[in-house]
Formats: sequence, structure tokens, C-alpha cells
Amino acid sequence: MGREAGDYHVIALAGNPNTGKSTVFNALTGLKQHTGNWPGKTVLLAEGSFIHHGARYKLVDLPGTYSLIANSGEEEVARDFIYFGNPDATVVVTDATCLERNLNLVYQIMEITPRVVMCVNLMDEARRKRIKVNKKVLAKRLGIPVVTTIAKSGEGLYELKEIISRMATGRMKTQPCLVKYEPEVEAMIECVTDDLRKVIGKDYCLRWLALRVLDGDSELIKRVEERVSGRNCKHGQGRLKQLSRRDAT
Amino acid sequence: MDKEGLNSYQGEMPLKDKIVRSIYSQAEETVGFAVRFEEGGSDWDRKLDDILTSPVWGFPIMLLLLGIILWITISGANVPSDILADFFFELEGKLTGYVMLLGLPAWFNGLFVVGAYRTLAWVVSVMLPPMAIFFPLFTLLEDLGYLPRVAFNLDRVFKACGSHGKQALTMCMGFGCNAAGVISCRIIDSPRERLIAILTNNFTFCNGRFPTLIALSLIFMGGLSKTGGEVRATFVVVGMVLTGIIVTLLVSYVLSKTLLKGTPSSFILELPPYRLPRVGSVLVRSILDRTIFVLTRAVLIALPAGAVIWLMVNINVGDKTLLSQGAEFLQPFAALIGLDGYILMAFILGFPANEIVLPILIMAYMSWGEMSDLGSMQAMGELFIEHGWTWTTALCTMLFSMLHFPCGTTLYTIAKETKSVKWTVLAFALPTFVAIVVCFIVNQSIGLFWR
Repeated sequence: MGREAGDYHVIALAGNPNTGKSTVFNALTGLKQHTGNWPGKTVLLAEGSFIHHGARYKLVDLPGTYSLIANSGEEEVARDFIYFGNPDATVVVTDATCLERNLNLVYQIMEITPRVVMCVNLMDEARRKRIKVNKKVLAKRLGIPVVTTIAKSGEGLYELKEIISRMATGRMKTQPCLVKYEPEVEAMIECVTDDLRKVIGKDYCLRWLALRVLDGDSELIKRVEERVSGRNCKHGQGRLKQLSRRDAT
Repeated sequence: MDKEGLNSYQGEMPLKDKIVRSIYSQAEETVGFAVRFEEGGSDWDRKLDDILTSPVWGFPIMLLLLGIILWITISGANVPSDILADFFFELEGKLTGYVMLLGLPAWFNGLFVVGAYRTLAWVVSVMLPPMAIFFPLFTLLEDLGYLPRVAFNLDRVFKACGSHGKQALTMCMGFGCNAAGVISCRIIDSPRERLIAILTNNFTFCNGRFPTLIALSLIFMGGLSKTGGEVRATFVVVGMVLTGIIVTLLVSYVLSKTLLKGTPSSFILELPPYRLPRVGSVLVRSILDRTIFVLTRAVLIALPAGAVIWLMVNINVGDKTLLSQGAEFLQPFAALIGLDGYILMAFILGFPANEIVLPILIMAYMSWGEMSDLGSMQAMGELFIEHGWTWTTALCTMLFSMLHFPCGTTLYTIAKETKSVKWTVLAFALPTFVAIVVCFIVNQSIGLFWR
């Protein structure tokens, strides 16, 4: 992505299918794109921008996915954008009526980046179904800001923009409460993380990468390796492959 | 961490499942703290889902809704079509008048007014009204959230044919435009099932063929102005859609047993909540995004095509026009499958876009027939009957239109999506073969049993 520093902030828009993600996108950017009511329609990434307090934010609409443990092309696109694209903030749009399923994605994204905003959309339908969402408790448990919205009527969108801008400009820091895995798994993560640190250095969110090594995502490892070899870590090449091969078997 | 240790863990439960399980239980716990479900929430949508996706009612309701949409389209499109046609053909007279006034040669009038303009006028007056009615209605259903229910209903059937349940969705997209339908096949992840969906997308009629079906069914099956004609025409068009679906399933089945062997992969299809569609934005979107888009494409192709066809019916080779030569050459074969040489010629020349098949045919017929105003469907019907059409001809033409090779744009899209010459050639050959076989069987059996 050829963006110049200070020019604009890149914001990723993630979420499960049918959470009104495209509606949020349209409402924020004013860009009209067709929103069909079925899963998986966003194949190409739509982009739009908005201006808030004089600063410009470029919003990238990721494909709707249920998870990031890439089983499909869409999941891969979304995951790669959040991981390699390194957006200034990632908004996860969720459906207030089935938060449990939606939270899986939130937790997975939090593992990649701490700069996550959770947008609990479709609050009107939750109200109709008498589902009460306590956003303070939610924010506290997750360690990230939570905004409740009704995108189609615009409710909550100003607050969302406000939080996006504070996060993207670094005025808001988060401390995500990540998923704790079983002790044995945690031990493995630690081992692999140590190995990874030696191979690729400090950046690149090692905990998440370690998890992907553990669940044998060889495609991702290959991608990371390409990135690494592009930098001055020649000796690292092949070691990652060894790692992934060892753990996938 | 050593290799042994890891393997022993995986012996109990794959590591990936352990990871996923932890994420799920964490999400469950968080929801337990932050969300409260109170009594008395309405669950009408669950009840509605039980009916719309029930094994008993699912299919009849689907057909009924399709029938209603088509009926509204068919009965609503006729009048505006005639008004538009009257307007355009009055304008044609004026245009010819101006051409004469300026002292331009007759071929100029022929090429631009009779050729390009008239084809354009026909395409607009016949295509615009059904599209302007059908698309908003279809988008409305889409917005309501009904289409995923259709996919749910059809999933079992598609799976039984060895293909992917999401193919039902790509099929629905094909109603708008097959090229768009082919692109939407990207939502199917398995390459095998994606190819099946791409190769069979053509069997749902796109809006380029939709007006042809509507016009022919109204004229030949509906009996035009007779009472109940629109209902009969609706039944015919619904029958055509069903035929398309059955052929899709059969071809998918054969492909999955031969060229594209494999077992269908499973997927999660979420039934999204029903939402009240915003009528205003549905109208704007379906008219701007779809209707105008499709119409522009049709016009861009119709203009030059009209001119080319005028040349073909006016340039003589030997004692006949170019078009007649071609039509006569095709005649023996065309007769076998219930068409005539001109119809087949029109389909071949209509390769750039299906929209212009009927205009080509009309112009071809008019080149040796009585020149009359072809604004109304009435006049079109008379012209066809004059050239020996029966309802068998109409039926075979409709079937051929439904099943024949995809248009140029769609084929180009298929080539781009599959990145393979082999599959693109198959995408052309397979439907053509199916169309010929079906038309042959239908024509010959009508000949055997009715005549």
C-alpha cells in the first residue's frame, strides 16, 4: 500500500457476514455500494474515506468472515490485510443479537492487533428480541473500546468515528484481554514464540504467528517467510519452514 | 518443545480444535457477563423460517413467489413497452424525414436509422420495462433476506448432484447477468465446485434473454390480448426457469461424476435476519446499478450491431443477401431442432449480447417481408407467424435461448475467472450441445405425437 505518512489513516472494517458491515461502511463513507443480503458477497475490497475533525481516514471493507483461521479465500484476504496491511485501527462490526458467535472473530483479531474497536451493530433488532447488551462490561472484559450502533439510522456512528480517530492517532491505547489457552497449549506457544523471535525479530505479533505455526497454517508461514527474506534476515529462511513442518506433522 | 510431546497431544485432539475450543469458551464466558436475554422477545422470524425452509412448503412457496414476480413483470411490462415503442417509431419517421431533408443518400438512412437506430429503439422499448419491474422486485426479495432461504432449500438438491449449495446463490445472481453470476462463483471455495457453478451459470436466463422469453411466451402461449394470457405466459416462463434449474442440476451431476469428480464440501450457511427493505434505496439501486447498467451495455452493442446487420441484409452476394445466404446454409440443421435458418443465424450474430437476438431476427425477416411498424408485440407476432412460426418454433427458440452458448461478455469473464482455454471452450460447447439436444428432442417428439 503506497501511503504517505500523515496523509491519511487506514482503517480496516471487519466482521461476520450479515452484521450490517456494508451498511456501516456506507454510512461512514457516504459511498453507495450495493449491499446484497447474503454471506460472502464482498469479494473485492471496497474502499471509501471520511473526514473527522479535519483528518482523513481511509476505510477498507474486508470480506465478511466468521473467523480468521483461514479456511477460505475470504478469510485469507481479511487476515492478510489486518496482519500485513497493518491498519491504524480495525473496526469489528458485530451483530448484537448473536454476540457469542461474533466474539470469536473479535478475539482472533485482537490476537493480531491491539488496535481494535468493537462495533455492536443492529441494536434495534437486539432491543426487539429483548437482548440487553452491557457495553461497559463488554469493553472491560475485552480490554478494547465498544460502541453500540444502529447503522441504518446512523445511531452511534459519531461516537464510532470519534473512537476510530482517537485510536488511529494513538491517543487511545488498549490492553486487549487475549484468550488464555490450555496450559499445555500456552507452553507450546511460548516455545514457538521464542523460536520465532530469534528468526524474525520483534515485530510481527509473535503470539498470533506462533498459534498459526501450531495449527499448521503453512501458507501463512510461507508468506511471512517471503516478507522476512525481503529484509536482512537471510539466515531466517528455511528455519520458519522447518518450524512449521515440524509442528504440522 | 520436542516433536514427541506435540504428537502425543495431537493424539487426543488436534491442536487446531483445542485452540478453537478455547476461543469459543472465552466468547461464551464474555457473553455470559455482558449480555442478558430477557423473556418476551419476539421470535416470529424463527417461525417464518420454519415455514419458508420446511421440506414440505419450501419449494411450493419458492415457485409461488417466482411466479408472482414474473406475473407482475409480464402483465406490467406490456403497456409501457408499447408506449415506448410508439414513441421511438414516431421519432424514427422524423429522423428519416430529416435525413431526406438534408439530402443524404438512402444508404445513410438505411445504415443509421433503419439499422442502428431501430435496433436500439427495439432493445430499449422491449428490455427497459421488464427490467425496471423485475429488478426492483428481485432486489426487494434479496433485501428481505429471502435468497439465503432459497439457497438453504436448494442445498440438499445441489449436494445430491455433487455440487455446492452456494451454487443456488450464484444461480440467482445469474438472473441479473451471467457475467456477474460467473464472478459471484468466487464465493465457492472448492475449485471443483466453483468450476461446476461457472459452467452451469448460463442455464439461468439473464436479463438479456428475459425479454425474449417474455415476448415470445406472451405472443405464442399467452395469445396476447386474450384473457388469462398473462397467467399462461407466466406459467411458461416459470416452466423455463424450472427447466433451466433441472438442466443445471443434471449437468452438475454429470460433471461431478465425470470431468470434475469429487464429493461436495460442506459449508455453513447463515440465515440472516429478515430486514425490512428500504424501498427507496432498493428502487434507486436496482434501477441505477442494474437496469441502467445493463441497458447501457445493450445499447452500446445494439448500435453497431444494428448497423452491421443492416449491411448484412442489404449487401447481396450472388442473387441473395449475405444474411439469407447464411440462413439458407443453416436451414437444414436448424429445421431439425425446431428453428429456422434465420433464428439460428440471429443467435450466432447475437453472440456479443443476447439482447440483440430478437432485433436481428426482426430485421432479417423484414428484409424480405412487409415493412410494418414493429412497435407492438402484436405486430411482432404477426411478422413471426407470417414467416412460418408455430408455438413449437416459439418453444424451441425459447429453449435454445435458455440453454445455448453464453454471450461474449460472459465467455470473456469465464476465461478470466478460470484462466484456462480448456474450460472456456467447454463453457461454450457444453451449453450449445445441451441446447441442440433438448431442442432436437422437443421438436421431434412434438412432430411425432402432435402433428
